[in-house]
Amino acid sequence: MSQKHEKLIDKKGLRLDGRKFDELRQIKIEVGILSNADGSAYIEQGKNKILAAVYGPREVHPKHLSLPDRMLLKCRYHMAPFSVQERKSPAPSRREIELSKVIREAVEPAIFLEYYPRTALDVFVEVLQADGSTRCASIVAASLALADAGIPMRDLIVACSAGKAEDTIVMDLMDTEDKQGSADVPVALMPNMNAITLLQMDGILSLEEFEQAVNLALEGCKKIYAMQKEALRAKYVDAKEVEE
Amino acid sequence: MPTFFERRQLATPGDLLAEGDYIAGEDTYKEDNKIYAARTGLVDYEEKRVNIVALKAFYIPKIGDRVIGTVVEIGFSGWTIDISAPYPAILRAGDVLTRSFKPQRNDLTEVLDVGDVVIAKIVSYDRTHDPQLTVAEPELGKVTRGQLVRVTPTKIPRVIGRKGSMITMIKQETGCHIELGHNGIILITGKNIEDEELALTVIRKIEQESHTSGLTDRISQMIKKEKEKRKEETEDESKT
Amino acid sequence: MSSIVVKVKQKQIAQLIAKGKRLDGRGLKDYREIKIEQGIIERAEGSARVLLGATEVLAGIKIETGEPFPDTPNEGVLTVNAELLPLASPTFEPGPPDENSIELARVVDRGVRESKAIDTEKLCIEPGKKVFVVFIDVYVLNHDGNLVDASTLAAVAALLNTKMSNYEYEDGEVKIKSGYMPLPVKKHPVAVTFAKINDSLVVDPWLEEEQVMDARLTITFDDDGNICAIQKGGSGFFQPSQVLEAAQIAKDKADEIRKQLKW
Repeated sequence: MSQKHEKLIDKKGLRLDGRKFDELRQIKIEVGILSNADGSAYIEQGKNKILAAVYGPREVHPKHLSLPDRMLLKCRYHMAPFSVQERKSPAPSRREIELSKVIREAVEPAIFLEYYPRTALDVFVEVLQADGSTRCASIVAASLALADAGIPMRDLIVACSAGKAEDTIVMDLMDTEDKQGSADVPVALMPNMNAITLLQMDGILSLEEFEQAVNLALEGCKKIYAMQKEALRAKYVDAKEVEE
Repeated sequence: MPTFFERRQLATPGDLLAEGDYIAGEDTYKEDNKIYAARTGLVDYEEKRVNIVALKAFYIPKIGDRVIGTVVEIGFSGWTIDISAPYPAILRAGDVLTRSFKPQRNDLTEVLDVGDVVIAKIVSYDRTHDPQLTVAEPELGKVTRGQLVRVTPTKIPRVIGRKGSMITMIKQETGCHIELGHNGIILITGKNIEDEELALTVIRKIEQESHTSGLTDRISQMIKKEKEKRKEETEDESKT
Repeated sequence: MSSIVVKVKQKQIAQLIAKGKRLDGRGLKDYREIKIEQGIIERAEGSARVLLGATEVLAGIKIETGEPFPDTPNEGVLTVNAELLPLASPTFEPGPPDENSIELARVVDRGVRESKAIDTEKLCIEPGKKVFVVFIDVYVLNHDGNLVDASTLAAVAALLNTKMSNYEYEDGEVKIKSGYMPLPVKKHPVAVTFAKINDSLVVDPWLEEEQVMDARLTITFDDDGNICAIQKGGSGFFQPSQVLEAAQIAKDKADEIRKQLKW
């Protein structure tokens, strides 16, 4: 049973987990953790634990879905039954189907699909534990899994959410803030081109509040982008150091 | 005309490598007069060409490439060969059999069966059809013994080394015959399994550390250590 | 029949748009003609048919009783479903809802739910035990572009048309009495969808524009000028400035379109 909290933001302006309005949760990222997948990445963001894996480019099955001029990108976002407070059925829910679509559309612009016609590229995201803004964390991990697989990309895709808790616009919503707050704005960004590749809003916001939320989410994106790059580099630590 | 990365520095997709009158080389792209990395790898400059030597890539067929692959399917008129690429390769029966054949499965199985390994050459490939192979040249054909190891294709040059220094050293030290497929598959044939295993370990190490410097020396040291260890083991065995 | 837009036409569309015009003569910020008909399905508690250009959507409302959700014990339940009927387009196949019809339903749902179009507390019969469940079924009859805006409009028009039977609640049973009362509709959300073609934004894309667009952005506004839903769709992207520009335009367009609803 979920508790209803009295206040999402206390008198000092701190959130339920002690964060300020423009603070991200603690993030830990690892790249290349699955041996079978062509590329993989794991992210922890607050209590979110999400695994992403990429297979491909590989043959398209069934063959008739093959595209003559580019890769067929498929994406599956799925939540483990034990990832949420009340057990979730393993069958794909309508929400998971929608999220699979928007996540695919968020990473697609970065990939040079036309390089490998008549092949398939599969992105799998598994939410092992959920605590709000899972689609954003999923995009962060999926993007790294694609890079880990050696898929040529224009840029990494990064994502972060913003929302309204009480009367404050806050960055990186956790589940309680999403459920009890009045708006949730997930944003995905391809930083080089300043291109927004995912944008949704669920809730009620004035135009001004919406602008604030988007800007705050973009700020969060830039911070996480640096972490993504770091995680990719970390995989290739100089072997000399390892030897000694 | 600035460049933002030094030679052999690690870049990740989306990193801005250079701005101005440069050419986008391997695994990079140009947008708005700027050259960006498209894959994770080491930056390399060839005059005006900016390249990335990718640390992880997959093989895309090229006509004329020598590849090593495994037979995965036998069809009516040929074999489907897995060359560790996004596209399966086809070896036509007519390429292998000199007499005219009747399309019965038996004939083909006797020549090449599922699970057999071949060294072949790519004779045709484009964006609209899968690559076609030939084995009708000297040094091509079925492989009967040896071990296979797979590396990212972009690291094959590292295995070869400058002017072949690395591969020559491995061959000499292990006494193995090493066949390098452009598709990243390497065939090691030695006098005994231990020699083959040694060569295998060496190649795996090269793949993991290909982005570091001083590798040739470290590999040479590693081989010496291994051989000494083996000498001790055989001496111990002969004592007992 | 194929749904591929001929390359020559693609160029034509893009060139015209760069000059501020569209193939059907509209300006970049113009909607097609909107026709709204209500009460056409008598068996439904409420219904409406919307024609947006040649796009045709029918929405039907059915009301049943049921249990409330555990975390909202004194609120009625609202559920939206959408069907992309095979007869509506050569590209729609029969079968269970695919990602497109699910996305459509969920975007319409968000607009209606977050705007609090229906006063769900008035749908409570006995807190924690019995509430009214409002089923909004969106049926796409002909797809000529911009299903989201047409569907949201149809849903709201259908809700405005909805009558609930008067009832008595005795011993845990709902007894129907004579007479009707209208469904308590408080707000009238309107969705405004943009397509990005090359670098221009056009409002209310028709089918061929949708087939050549880079990406789509839907912004739903309530009567008070607040945004209650946003959905970016398609495999392209928007610049942040384009998003804010679109939101501003959408606010005005929503007010214009809302005038066509009667309540």
